Amino acid sequence: MDINWHSFFFLLVALLTCAFALAVVISSNIVRMAFYLVLSLGGVAGLFFLAGADFLGGLQLLVYVGGTLVLLAFGVMLTARAPLVSMKTAPGQWVLAAVVGGCLLAVLLQVAWSVGQWAGPGRPGVLEEEAKPTAAPLGLGLVGVRVDQLDVDRRADLTEKEKKAREAGMSGYLVAFEVISVHLVVVLIGAAYLARAKRRVDAPLARPPQT
Amino acid sequence: MAELLKSFVPVWLAYSTAAAVNAALLVVLALMVAAVCNWLERKVAGRIQDRLGPTRVGGRFGWLQSVADGLKLLAKEDLIPQGADRLLFRAAPYVSFCAACSLYLALPLADGWVALQLNSAVFFILAVAGLEVLGVILAGYASGSKWSLFGAMREAAQVVSNEIPLALCALIPVMIAGSMDLVEIGNRQEGWLTNWLVFHDPFTFLTFFVYLTCAVASVNRAPFDLAEAESELVAGFMTEYSGFRWGVFFMAEYASMFVISGLAAILFLGGWNGPVPIAQWLGLTRDVGPLAAWLGNFLGMCNMLLKCSLGVLVMMWLRWTLPRLRIDQVMTVCLRYCIPLAAVALLGAMWWTYMWPGGW
Repeated sequence: MDINWHSFFFLLVALLTCAFALAVVISSNIVRMAFYLVLSLGGVAGLFFLAGADFLGGLQLLVYVGGTLVLLAFGVMLTARAPLVSMKTAPGQWVLAAVVGGCLLAVLLQVAWSVGQWAGPGRPGVLEEEAKPTAAPLGLGLVGVRVDQLDVDRRADLTEKEKKAREAGMSGYLVAFEVISVHLVVVLIGAAYLARAKRRVDAPLARPPQT
Repeated sequence: MAELLKSFVPVWLAYSTAAAVNAALLVVLALMVAAVCNWLERKVAGRIQDRLGPTRVGGRFGWLQSVADGLKLLAKEDLIPQGADRLLFRAAPYVSFCAACSLYLALPLADGWVALQLNSAVFFILAVAGLEVLGVILAGYASGSKWSLFGAMREAAQVVSNEIPLALCALIPVMIAGSMDLVEIGNRQEGWLTNWLVFHDPFTFLTFFVYLTCAVASVNRAPFDLAEAESELVAGFMTEYSGFRWGVFFMAEYASMFVISGLAAILFLGGWNGPVPIAQWLGLTRDVGPLAAWLGNFLGMCNMLLKCSLGVLVMMWLRWTLPRLRIDQVMTVCLRYCIPLAAVALLGAMWWTYMWPGGW
């Protein structure tokens, strides 16, 4: 018996991810929901690691799982009052959610199956393919060096116009990236400013009760 | 190993056995570290307080103390409070422990001796180290007591904010080495101790101490152990835990202490490359032969383990020497001092490598 371990672990992790995602929907306790969400997102990170994209996997862990963690800590627990701790879903909402979710699933499946390169198991040479390092090309792409398109000049099948277009795409994303980062920092500072406890300077001091 | 087993048993059994053995080796490493650290902590605490520490179990030096402690913890009653969320209460210690164990996946012990040589190992370790706090938050919430919840909140605030300077500090060696691969960063510091990145320039020297401070804070050790603070705040998030589950939290703490010292050793202190290039003098390098390379790597591993243990020892020394800080003081240390210092060091190291790219 020859087990394709890659497929085995892919199916295992994918199954776990889906199971926890379902548990998020079905569970009614809000903290448990957040916990299952963390596990589900962790499963997605596992899928990235299996695909050899370890940088993306780390990013998933850091941004999504870590972000949900902070959500869990500061969003849910501090606001979990009695009416919100346990959430009951009405039957109508179930139906609506099922319809919307089903439609999305149908569209995604349709798209996934229509891509010829992704079709079917038994495709040779996938497992043998070395997992490529992912961090360096990403970083280089950020400053404008597309590792996957270095041979543009030598490609004979492209017209002059297409080559120009490809080279225009090599301009890099560093400035845009930095602008977005600064924007996010400003948003964070603004949020912290809005959310901070407001202390009134002129508020009268509470008097001790007269005895 | 799978290749060897294949000749005796079916292929699928060979591969799964090999995988199980490798995984077990990693977990055993983490557990051994926890056991040794537990004994060391008691011994160091004793000596610093002018006591002997454990002396009886196992004959000399009480070296079997950890086994006795483990048995004691196993025999204790496993309590779950009435108002607790039972599932999450049970799951929480294992979440912490799993995160701590996964750290060992990416930590190399010598040149190429690593379970998984990741292209972005530094990033992976920082990401997973942040997940440990999940177990703590769950424990605090699931205990169903305000006391534990506040403990968990303190820990979450402390760990999340200390990750920022920690990541900034880790960025500097990454920038100098031009790689996030820990094996490559370690190999770059080959030779004499002047090649260590801590002596690369004044800014990395500063960074090392900022890293040390943030590392101690991010693994919740004294003087930053506000999450537990057993003598004043009655163990914070772990108040309701007893017996083995409590022990699992402690194993996770010791395991991550070791990894965070290992990261410091590789990023700043040369990793498996000693202060003196003994392996080169003895001719134990890769170009001599496979056996020589193996022996050289073995020496390197001993070196690395020694450095990790020294790091852990420093953390224990700090714990039993310094008084505990208040939570606002912890946050001040992190936000007012560590982050600006780390940012200045990052800019300075950038400038230095720009001016003198080959070192000085």
